[in-house]
Amino acid sequence: MSGAPTGVGGSGRARLTVVRGLSRSSPRPSGRSGAPWLYLAPALVVLGGLLVYPIYQLGLISFFQYTQAQVSGGEPTTFRGFANYAELLGDSQFWQVLLATVVFAAACVVSTLGVGCALAVLLTRVRAVPRLVLMLAALGAWATPAVTGSTVWLFLFDPDFGPVNRILGLGDYSWTYGRFSAFFLVLLEVVWCSFPFVMVTVYAGIRSVPGEVLEAAALDGASQWRIWRSVLAPMLRPILTVVTIQSVIWDFKIFTQIYVMTNGGGIAQQNLVLNVYAYQQAFASSQYSLGSAIGVVMLLILLAVTLVYLRLLRRQGEEL
Amino acid sequence: MNLLRAQVRRPWRLAAEASALLIAVVVAFPLYWMVLGAFKPAGEIESSEPRPWTVSPSLDSFRRVFEQQEFGRYFLNSVVVACTVVIVSALIAFLAATAVTRFRFRFRTTLLIMFLVAQMVPVEALTIPLFFLMRDAGQLNTLGSLILPHIAFSLPFAIWMLRGFVKAVPEALEEAAYIDGASRARFLWQILFPLVFPGLVATSVFSFISAWNDFLFAKSFIISDTSQSTLPMALLVFFKPDEPDWGGVMAASTVMTIPVLIFFVLVQRRLVSGLGGAVKD
Repeated sequence: MSGAPTGVGGSGRARLTVVRGLSRSSPRPSGRSGAPWLYLAPALVVLGGLLVYPIYQLGLISFFQYTQAQVSGGEPTTFRGFANYAELLGDSQFWQVLLATVVFAAACVVSTLGVGCALAVLLTRVRAVPRLVLMLAALGAWATPAVTGSTVWLFLFDPDFGPVNRILGLGDYSWTYGRFSAFFLVLLEVVWCSFPFVMVTVYAGIRSVPGEVLEAAALDGASQWRIWRSVLAPMLRPILTVVTIQSVIWDFKIFTQIYVMTNGGGIAQQNLVLNVYAYQQAFASSQYSLGSAIGVVMLLILLAVTLVYLRLLRRQGEEL
Repeated sequence: MNLLRAQVRRPWRLAAEASALLIAVVVAFPLYWMVLGAFKPAGEIESSEPRPWTVSPSLDSFRRVFEQQEFGRYFLNSVVVACTVVIVSALIAFLAATAVTRFRFRFRTTLLIMFLVAQMVPVEALTIPLFFLMRDAGQLNTLGSLILPHIAFSLPFAIWMLRGFVKAVPEALEEAAYIDGASRARFLWQILFPLVFPGLVATSVFSFISAWNDFLFAKSFIISDTSQSTLPMALLVFFKPDEPDWGGVMAASTVMTIPVLIFFVLVQRRLVSGLGGAVKD
């Protein structure tokens, strides 16, 4: 790992120039236009059958009456139009869950980005050994499967046997009992397992800023703060955009942590987020059409986020 | 960068290094506690005075995990699912990434945007239609019902990330190969593939993780034939909400985490540069 940082910056820079070289070169002759589709065929078949078609089905189911009776074939499926959506939008629980999802995802994104960026900067300020140690610890957290991460964090905060309550002197305080403390506990786990992505990416970004640029700025008499604000921040903006959007998408559709840590949505469903809500409606209550309608709402929200992302990419003049 | 570091004064650097080490300890602590919990004897785990060490490590928890009905089978199932997903999706993604980086064709940009959009799809929401799809295809209770969706869901990101690695191979190399009389297929598999292979491995870690982690599909599609179940389900057996067997949970978690950890440490260098590349272009 000690050699990695130079490798990161070096290869990254090399790749950038290569990319520029490529995009300037002329397009391939159009005579071979069949070849790319041949290469793409397996991917398109798989994605079409297992991603696009299910999405279409999801939309379809959301317009029908689809419960256990229809699944077992006891009753015919009937078209309900927007009735499922009307039912959903008229349900106060849906709005509650939606609000909880947005607030929770926002809190996760802000915390993850804050921790990740702060530690990325910290990494540039330390020598090789502490950097390696912190990198390895972060990689460990990153690699931990969501299921095991959830169980371990629950164990750490266990009211009877966990070390955290002992250290903080909280007695047998139950973190999963209250709504906010349960969300907070899940947030800690989410930040723990997702800050490494931000840290590693932003760190690689900082390292790939050419030293000459910084030297030139310093020679021109720019202060440390000024260098950060006027040189590093603009150069890092594309990377920050990517990690922000990735975090938003990732945290908005969080499932495993909530499902495992709050046992399927918390006491009296107080910790439901949209993704878990959809699943519970479908598979616990057999309301497949309602679950599908929630899924469609999620898809639309995430699609909106993606469109914003694409616009930002375009504005930055990125070539796809 | 050297310049930046030179301007950091010595006491500040020492403070920064001390806090880096401290943070590393905090970040690593849950994993340490997991392994520790797996080795603690029963009396020490369920103790109201948990100590951060154990004087009498025991393998009881591991024994409980491995002696659980068909645990080896679950482990094997997980390995089969994860490896199939990794290999198949890597091959498909390699071809697709080559197509979108090495050719200019109509709908190329549209396709790329579709791959990007596809990454945003909440996989869990698709459990509902996929359940019906698998039922109609007669795939419920088979490993295929776990493998197929994971291949599909890991493809968009894999293609997106591989682009950087394929792009990095100079175009001159391709022209040289054709001038030397190599066929397109020969160039693809004997020249491009080995060059992109390290990147392919790095990308694979994500498909591996998603397949290895999955418990939702296993829970929803493997409904009656438990011999087709996977590791996360075996873990959750010990994880009863009211009375979890913490020793068993920690031991099973350790068994489940170690392979991913090894994979990660092996590819981490490529991963870091790959992410840098994927993010930059």
